[in-house]
Amino acid sequence: MAKAEVKLLGTWSSPFVLRIKWALKMKGVEYDFIEEDLQNKSPLLLKYNPVHKKVPVLVHEGKPIAESLVILEYMDETWKENPILPEDPYQRAMARFWSKFGEEKCLPSIWRVFISQGENTEEALVSASENLKILEGELKGKKFFNGETLGFADISLGWIVNMVILLEEIMELKMIDDQRYPSLSAWMKNFSNFPGIRDSFPPQERMLTKYRILREALLATRGTN
Amino acid sequence: MLTSKATSDPRLPSNIFLHSNFRENTERMAGDLELKLLGSWASPFAMRARIALNLKGVGYELLKEVSGTKSELLLKSNPVYKKIPVLIHHGKPICESMIIVQYIDEVWAAAGPSILPSDPYERAIARFWIVYIDDKWFPSSLRTLRGLNEEAKAEAEEQLANALPLLEDAFPKCSKGKDFFGGETIGYLDIALGCYLGWIKAIEKMTGIKALDEAKTPTLVGWAERFCSGDAVKEVMPEADELIEFTKLIQAIMNAAPGRQNMHVSKNDR
Repeated sequence: MAKAEVKLLGTWSSPFVLRIKWALKMKGVEYDFIEEDLQNKSPLLLKYNPVHKKVPVLVHEGKPIAESLVILEYMDETWKENPILPEDPYQRAMARFWSKFGEEKCLPSIWRVFISQGENTEEALVSASENLKILEGELKGKKFFNGETLGFADISLGWIVNMVILLEEIMELKMIDDQRYPSLSAWMKNFSNFPGIRDSFPPQERMLTKYRILREALLATRGTN
Repeated sequence: MLTSKATSDPRLPSNIFLHSNFRENTERMAGDLELKLLGSWASPFAMRARIALNLKGVGYELLKEVSGTKSELLLKSNPVYKKIPVLIHHGKPICESMIIVQYIDEVWAAAGPSILPSDPYERAIARFWIVYIDDKWFPSSLRTLRGLNEEAKAEAEEQLANALPLLEDAFPKCSKGKDFFGGETIGYLDIALGCYLGWIKAIEKMTGIKALDEAKTPTLVGWAERFCSGDAVKEVMPEADELIEFTKLIQAIMNAAPGRQNMHVSKNDR
């Protein structure tokens, strides 16, 4: 594999950083992981991502790339092993579309469920389920969004696996059940079982603690809503 | 002038749009390629696809969506977002403007100049700025500045004032001394940012705010002039005055009959 210098600036819990870890693993790229404290950002982070000051940032041969989906595209163009985007231009356009849909629609709607309580949760769940149904429809008959193997859209949407498990446990509800979402439920299992994916998951207990605290804090600041 | 047409349907495929330099080949090709674009004259996003097709000299059929309505073809081709532009190639729809542009670049790689840079790092930089422009705030800022909420306008103005210097700063690094972010020819980032120039000019006229200021961002001002006068751009870039008329018309409709969505507003020759 490439001996070139690769660094990843990230945090142990960020789902966006996780995408990059998965891709690096799939492509067999060795790298140095630099854990950032987002409450106390390092000069390195501020230098490599001055515009947003966020993680992940991939640094390859001294050159920084920010924005996780942009990083994934860069990785696929730089390290040809185990391509994550398909070759066919139409399939590539579809992979990018579903990835964007996940980011723009699914993520905010699932987050809204997470930071809701009481009646607002019902409403937020309805909204999220509309997006989940769309994903279910796209998956139908396929093991992964990419087909038989994991690809760009799967990696982009992989945050759903962790987020939904956490949310269901913390809020004691079922969001993705296998009756309403048979394909999506199967996808979550297939995704987790794909070589290299599960090993990269952040420690479950630590995540549960973190997100429980986060949720309480967010609900508290929003008052009695 | 905008006209309100009660009779003929602008969605009828009456408009085979051909780039003037490649008329002979593309007349034959338009039918063979089976390439349609669902768009509208005022949409900066539709413009992105049209610029890309022009750069590649590819003929296509333009199907104009009417403001306030969504055709059956649109609803069928883009059920998720129900928005333009949609490129339909051999019956298969592609949605989201920058995804369409990249698709065009990949399919017609051999035709015309490359739209995306060839170097992966330069591609990443272009993509980064496109995420910045599109996903963060640009479209919503421009919409706000066109609106009537004064307080929101001040905030939008500030956002624009913060963002443009960053792009001004990025220009020399991307262009490497050439005319465009993409180098010698219009590229991916040029298209992503440049599509807003019609609206930016319209807003400057409507509000008196100088968004693209010679004093603050002279490089971008020079770039904007070059972009707008490019062959692939000038025939699809709406005039500021047309956009101002369009805005006034929409505002009048909203004020006169709240909820009435069916006003038929079209521009014939686009």
